[in-house]
Amino acid sequence: MSDIDISAINSEYKYGFKTDIETDALPKGLSEDVVRFISAKKNEPEFMLNFRLKAYKKWLTMDEPDWAKLNYPRIDFQDIVYYSAPKFKEEFSSLDEVDPLLLETYEKLGISLDEQKQLANVAVDAVFDSVSVTTTHRKKLMDMGVYFCSISEALQEFPELIEEYIGTVVPIGDNFFAALNSAVFTDGSFVFIPPDLKCPIELSTYFRINNEEAGQFERTMIVASENSYVSYLEGCTAPQFNTNQLHAAVVELITLEGAEIKYSTVQNWYAGDRKTGKGGIFNFVTKRGLCKGDNSKISWAQVETGSAITWKYPSCILKGDNSVGEFYSVAVTNGKMQADTGTKMVHIGKNTKSTIISKGISTDQSKNAYRGLVRVNKGAKNARNYSQCDSMLIGDECAAFTYPYVESANSSAHLEHEASTSKISEEQLFYFEQRGISREDAIAMIVNGFCKDVFKQLPLEFAAEAEALMKIKLENSVG
Amino acid sequence: MLVIKDLHANVDGVEVLKGINLNIKKGEVHAIMGPNGSGKSTLSKVVSGHPDYEVTQGSVVYKDEDILSFDPSDRALKGIFMGFQYPVEIPGVNNEEFLKMALNAKRLYQGKDEISPEDFNKLLEEKLDLIKAGGKFKNRYLNVGLSGGEKKKNEILQLAILEPDLAILDETDSGLDIDALKVVANGIKEVISKDQSLILITHYQRLLDYIQPDYVHVLSDGKIIKSGDKTLAMKLEEQGYDWLVN
Repeated sequence: MSDIDISAINSEYKYGFKTDIETDALPKGLSEDVVRFISAKKNEPEFMLNFRLKAYKKWLTMDEPDWAKLNYPRIDFQDIVYYSAPKFKEEFSSLDEVDPLLLETYEKLGISLDEQKQLANVAVDAVFDSVSVTTTHRKKLMDMGVYFCSISEALQEFPELIEEYIGTVVPIGDNFFAALNSAVFTDGSFVFIPPDLKCPIELSTYFRINNEEAGQFERTMIVASENSYVSYLEGCTAPQFNTNQLHAAVVELITLEGAEIKYSTVQNWYAGDRKTGKGGIFNFVTKRGLCKGDNSKISWAQVETGSAITWKYPSCILKGDNSVGEFYSVAVTNGKMQADTGTKMVHIGKNTKSTIISKGISTDQSKNAYRGLVRVNKGAKNARNYSQCDSMLIGDECAAFTYPYVESANSSAHLEHEASTSKISEEQLFYFEQRGISREDAIAMIVNGFCKDVFKQLPLEFAAEAEALMKIKLENSVG
Repeated sequence: MLVIKDLHANVDGVEVLKGINLNIKKGEVHAIMGPNGSGKSTLSKVVSGHPDYEVTQGSVVYKDEDILSFDPSDRALKGIFMGFQYPVEIPGVNNEEFLKMALNAKRLYQGKDEISPEDFNKLLEEKLDLIKAGGKFKNRYLNVGLSGGEKKKNEILQLAILEPDLAILDETDSGLDIDALKVVANGIKEVISKDQSLILITHYQRLLDYIQPDYVHVLSDGKIIKSGDKTLAMKLEEQGYDWLVN
């Protein structure tokens, strides 16, 4: 997704097309049989099936959470297709065997899976309706000892790694959607970085929902061994449907001693019709990183521009001494979008440090909430946190909310919190216009300035894409 | 250059301009003076197209076109510049980037290419020299953390870079101490060429000590009640507005 042609992004939602491709799908509905079917279909080891069944049973006892600042009709979980895969052979020996329609879809999205045209410094795992289509640069990565493949493949090839780590960061009963994902996840990406390796190429996964009735449940896991480093990028789009699609992913990150993971997301799921609010993705995602080893670091950077509903709190458990957690977020909402997003920083180890920078931008009739928790446990001596949550309102009908929770059980902790709410004023826009700069460019310039602290955390190509996306989102949003 | 005829305008339903007539030719300097609330700032906002002001009657013809239906940015691109009485602060937007963007918007409108970074730097240094402003105006957010005097100086910097055909400076001298006034006034003098028209809106005669107007107009209760040459400004300084208003 890093080679998206910015000049081509000019329509309201240019990813709204659907690919007509033959799929192998289950009928709607969820039962123990469905869970068993998915596991069998993927020829999974027994521990995985047991994990899924345990999660399914747990899920049956849980209720959909309602504490978030979100309004939406109850989801009928029996009205969703839990397995949908593009029909193709079990394994491809070369890209020639991949359905050309699929390759074309990704080309349209600006992602080339063709070995000749790939970017040299970015490896891509393309996930289409919950199934990994292909992963580029596999061999080059393998030679370095990096495993980057779909989680289904990892279950065949490195089951012991999956068994060791799955569910250790996000336990199956963590929350309603995580339990659901644990039971029915179909695919996702798996990354393993060997000790002492600074992965020289960026790894990225590109998620595409295509089926109108299918839910997308991916599971991503990244394990960074001692003193290793990896930068991982994630992008997402979906066609424009008048109905809502459920996306409930789980991402688990693990850093061992001295390791660092940088995880960047540009989320651009279809957000529903801007005027009527019809359609769009319900995005209920659990993302969490565990700084397991001392001196390790996990950094989340996200630009949330899509989804009808976003419920997402990428978090860090700072278990190792001197470990560092970071969360940089830009969430922009327009139309009738609702976002409830933020982070949790849990300080367990000594001298742990966390930084939270959140920028929310709302326009039209949208709602944008920041929800964050900073918890300092008893043993977390000299923990430090700095939080900054800024909201920007454009127009009079949108709303911004900030819910910062702080719990400290250690008196040596230093916690700082700053928050602000601002509005783009008519006077500011007039100032730009009087200098010959259009309203649209003025808004883009002001908003980019507002988001600068977050954009500079993104890999370069991603930052450019994010800026372009923001501009589209905010077009015609004032006056 | 600019012909204003029988201009009436409302703010929040209240009539503030009640029939303004004004004719400004290329290269002329006009001073518009008058007591508080007489409509001076309103006139500048109406000519530049501020959305809060509703024109109810009359016309504003600039370069032979009635511009009242044009967007503010179109008017700016056609060469109308307004120096703000209270320039707004815009956090997050770099002053230099802003200047470059405004200049490029104008160049594109005129069918020219965007200015190269090297040429822009050269131009900026040259203009900063001209108005005796330091590097302070480069690497900072637009008007953020500038003193009142510095904000006005920044307006003059924009004026210098954009080289408009018609500049309307709204109380550029207000809030300045005597030293700052001198710097800003000399800056305007340096920047404005004989081909450019200038409207100076001011309370006080002191700005006119530096910049000699060709005409002085007195605005009171939404109308021009007296026009004259620069001696009128001196008389106002001595006797105030009362003799005219009452």
